[in-house]
Amino acid sequence: MDLELYKENIIEHYKHPANKGSLEKVTFRDLNPLCGDELSVYLDIVDGFVKDVKFDGQGCAISIAAMSMLTEKVKGMSVENVKSLRNEDVLQLLGIPISHTRMKCAMLSLRVVQGGLDC
Amino acid sequence: MFPILKDGLVYLDSAATTQKPQRVIDRINKYYSEENANVHRGIYTLSEVATIAYEDSRDKVASFIGCSSEEVIFTKGTTESLNLLTKCLELQEGDEVVLSVMEHHSNLVPWQQLTKKGIVVKFIPLKGFELDMEAAAKLITSKTRIVSIVHMSNVLGVINDIQRLADLVHFNGGLLIVDGAQSIAHMPINVKDLDCDFFAFSAHKMYGPTGVGVLYGRKELLNGMEPFMFGGDMIKEVKLSGSTWNDLPHKFEAGTPNIAGVIGLGEAVDYLSELGMEKVMKDEEELVTYFLSKLPVSGVKLIGPISGRGGVFSFTVEGIHPHDVSEIMNSFNIAVRAGHHCAMPLMKELGVNGTTRVSFGIYTTKEDVDKFFSALEKVKEVFNGS
Repeated sequence: MDLELYKENIIEHYKHPANKGSLEKVTFRDLNPLCGDELSVYLDIVDGFVKDVKFDGQGCAISIAAMSMLTEKVKGMSVENVKSLRNEDVLQLLGIPISHTRMKCAMLSLRVVQGGLDC
Repeated sequence: MFPILKDGLVYLDSAATTQKPQRVIDRINKYYSEENANVHRGIYTLSEVATIAYEDSRDKVASFIGCSSEEVIFTKGTTESLNLLTKCLELQEGDEVVLSVMEHHSNLVPWQQLTKKGIVVKFIPLKGFELDMEAAAKLITSKTRIVSIVHMSNVLGVINDIQRLADLVHFNGGLLIVDGAQSIAHMPINVKDLDCDFFAFSAHKMYGPTGVGVLYGRKELLNGMEPFMFGGDMIKEVKLSGSTWNDLPHKFEAGTPNIAGVIGLGEAVDYLSELGMEKVMKDEEELVTYFLSKLPVSGVKLIGPISGRGGVFSFTVEGIHPHDVSEIMNSFNIAVRAGHHCAMPLMKELGVNGTTRVSFGIYTTKEDVDKFFSALEKVKEVFNGS
């Protein structure tokens, strides 16, 4: 039974995600084509930096853990640096092997956060 | 018998697609190795052999669902069959089409396209996990040209009262279309008994190959409809100025068909006919009862009725997302499905963000059900500790 996917910190981020909540209005929302996950991000950008970030929505352990970890990372980052984040960076944050199918769950976070920068 | 299952895979996703018996696989191989030729055209032996095999499959399907052969149209699948109807049934501005909120996207999205032409689409709501038949009786009026309903829900497993809907719509002068994608493999189907005007299903959900399906339509109706696709084989005569159409069913089968697929479907029909659909249904009923007896599991909620149902079970696990349930099930070599099951409006109606779904096939055993419930406990352990 190989369940490295559900290491303690993943479950922890899923059950108690960082930055869960909302700001004034939703910046960007997207759905996972592997249906069942939807995330909304609230971005407060001041002088080209992410001053505050919150997220809301429903999703699986991977999508929520990824979003939780990603929002922790981008808080305080410059917009330029957030824009240059890649899939590999999210994978590194998660630190677990992700299957081809679950990749969509992990990458939803990046799509939503970077999508929010264009709004 | 089912080669994919020989290594102990517990396959509980037959509602998505069924595994194939060796004889269906062999039949398709035989077609390509010994019988392959284009149909309806050649005057040489091989073409005749192919044509006979193809048309024999049509006869088998007709016999399987209780209609005549010219009323069996081969399509790419249920989705194409339903799309064909939205294109070829003549509807006008103000006409009403009644669907239900539990419809699969394939029996919903195509009808939505008609609203652009001023056709009104209405939805029968749920009462619990069943169709609200009182509401249906109010929604189906003399303005209702079409009622298009799923026979057995791929989410809830509920089996809808098609005959009652037929009464309602026919009384009002409309037509009844039935989405039989799930029901075809779970119970005997007789389209005359169901009293439906059209019935659609796919081969791959009844132990046949992918890429082929059926649309049954009452002869008088099909005769009055214009074709869906145009080109070779569906014509009688072609001049530069225009063309005339072939007779039924060929009028609706343009181009070279999925010959191997149709022949594979015929073999699947033979397989099921030999087993007997009454027996298939009875065996499944026993397994359904067994599953339900094991179901009361803390934190697990069945999304569907307890009775009047087939072997398709959607459920939620408190605090654990369907993706994660499925992932952990997979680590036990158990295949279940997670998500919306192509029924987003139904999910919204039910107030759930997706479910995990278990569905039975002919090969599903009590041991499979036991293994599932065992794994379900492990799923809970991963997230909640033992």
